[in-house]
Amino acid sequence: MIQEEKFQLTPSIRKKLLTYGGVGLGLLILGILFLIFGGQSHGAEAHAGSEGGHAEFHWYNRLFANLWINNVYFTGLAIIGVFFVAIQYVSQAGWSVLIKRIPEAFGAWLPYAGVLMLLVFLVGGHSIFHWTHSELYDESNPAYDPIIAGKRGFLNYPFFLIRMVAYFGLWYFLFRLIRKESLAEDVNGGVLHYRKMIKYSAIFVVIFAVTSSTSAWDWVLSIDTHWFSTMFGWYVFASWFVNGLAVVTLIVVILRENGYLMAINSNHLHDLGKFIFAFSIFWTYIWFGQFLLIYYANIPEETIYFVERLDSSYYSSIFFANLFMNFFFPFLVLMTRDSKRHTIFLKVACTVVIVGHWMDFYLMITPGTLGENGGFGLIEVGCALVYIAAFLLVVLTNLSKAPLVAKNHPLLQESIHHHT
Amino acid sequence: MEKSRYLVGIFDDEDILISAVKSIREAGVRIHECYTPYPVHGLGHALGYRRSRLPVAAFIFGLTGTILALLMQYYMHGFDWPMIIGGKDYTSLPPFIPVTFEVTVLISSLGMVTVFMIISDLRPYGKAKVFDLRATDDKMVMAIDLSRNKKMKLENIKNILTTAGASEIHEKSL
Repeated sequence: MIQEEKFQLTPSIRKKLLTYGGVGLGLLILGILFLIFGGQSHGAEAHAGSEGGHAEFHWYNRLFANLWINNVYFTGLAIIGVFFVAIQYVSQAGWSVLIKRIPEAFGAWLPYAGVLMLLVFLVGGHSIFHWTHSELYDESNPAYDPIIAGKRGFLNYPFFLIRMVAYFGLWYFLFRLIRKESLAEDVNGGVLHYRKMIKYSAIFVVIFAVTSSTSAWDWVLSIDTHWFSTMFGWYVFASWFVNGLAVVTLIVVILRENGYLMAINSNHLHDLGKFIFAFSIFWTYIWFGQFLLIYYANIPEETIYFVERLDSSYYSSIFFANLFMNFFFPFLVLMTRDSKRHTIFLKVACTVVIVGHWMDFYLMITPGTLGENGGFGLIEVGCALVYIAAFLLVVLTNLSKAPLVAKNHPLLQESIHHHT
Repeated sequence: MEKSRYLVGIFDDEDILISAVKSIREAGVRIHECYTPYPVHGLGHALGYRRSRLPVAAFIFGLTGTILALLMQYYMHGFDWPMIIGGKDYTSLPPFIPVTFEVTVLISSLGMVTVFMIISDLRPYGKAKVFDLRATDDKMVMAIDLSRNKKMKLENIKNILTTAGASEIHEKSL
């Protein structure tokens, strides 16, 4: 039988995370200083090719672009944690009961993500989103852009902010409901809480089906304001989901190596591995579905997205690295049964997928915000480190507050005896 | 076709069958196959089945499909009948991917079904070995190929079967 076990967020782990965060912050500041006092020449020569609008390149443009990449990436991670728990309840899955507290803890990042997103948008939205420039809507101004002006009904400050608050509000509200029932079940037992959680999860899944797409339009697609793709909502969702699965798996494996969750055996890992394998292919399918249609139709206003990425000597290498890290690598490494059941393969594949999907978001956001001024250096590494440390600190604190296994879950025994 | 002789043991219950399989195999008797009305969990493990190598066949067939599909399209579009479609090169890769994917799946699945048929002795017009019709109703049937158990006496094997819990034993030539 399972004894009640709790994750201990020891001072040494906390110290380690704070150190990583501190190192990240140091790198970030160092990177910004290099950018200010170092070479501006690169920016000056390349800026002729950019789309206009972002007439001048400043160091803070790159900082805001980076903050935005990490905001979108980690918000996705948090909401996918809630989504993962929700689909387990909606499908009444038994195998995942032992691990469900880990994705459940991800939701604790949501309020921080919301505040960060709002702050970065209010402070730096102007250098991230082309559509926030007011001269585009003024017919007497030479910069007047009839296409963007036509999108004003959707892309304007008040509505954008209302939507952002609504997404986080709805997501966090439903996460709290699910979480409350989950904790109450630990105390009271019975199936009443389980049934309630199915209900809340179903509501969440329906809401998320819509908001995952619309939030992707808002936060990522609208950066390239002229461009549009009907696949984009799914594309962002696929990237978020496979990344979330990889992070859940990695945390499960690491917890198990540190002596927690000993009831988890290779059958559970096998299922998580299958999930990552399948959704890596799903991501590729969406990626290719978007690419092939645009490639084949060959309409300039659509192909510009890929021209920006493939005709640039800098982004084209990331473009192909993205495909390799997120499709070929997990596909080949996780193909056999044995590799899904051994932690070393899982750890390698998960790490590559996690880095790969960060690059995926980098590739979605940077060309539209920085153009040829984009780069990969201390700022990118430092900013990502700060976010990783903060995210883990919040999530692990939340994880340590509840027992690691939902001990009164009606399907707990099924999970313990899970067999594939 | 020469017939081989089998010893058929009938069991009433899946738990008896599984423990019987274990004890019979420990006694050194080689079991040909067990037939049950429904899937019995753990029976394959008790019979000492190794993991299926069907995935290996699937991978090889899939790879064959990928290569064949690409060669076919490159030959047709690039050399046999070059056509300009949508302003693309004759041999541009992206439009070939959907066909390549489909042919990979097709060859892989057809090949897997064929291999499965062959290894399961289910060739067309083949005659199925029916040891006992009740295997599709409510009995568990175990078949022992006597030609592969020549070292042991028939009486010995019958004794082992009885002690293992068989409710009924008979010989059958197929």
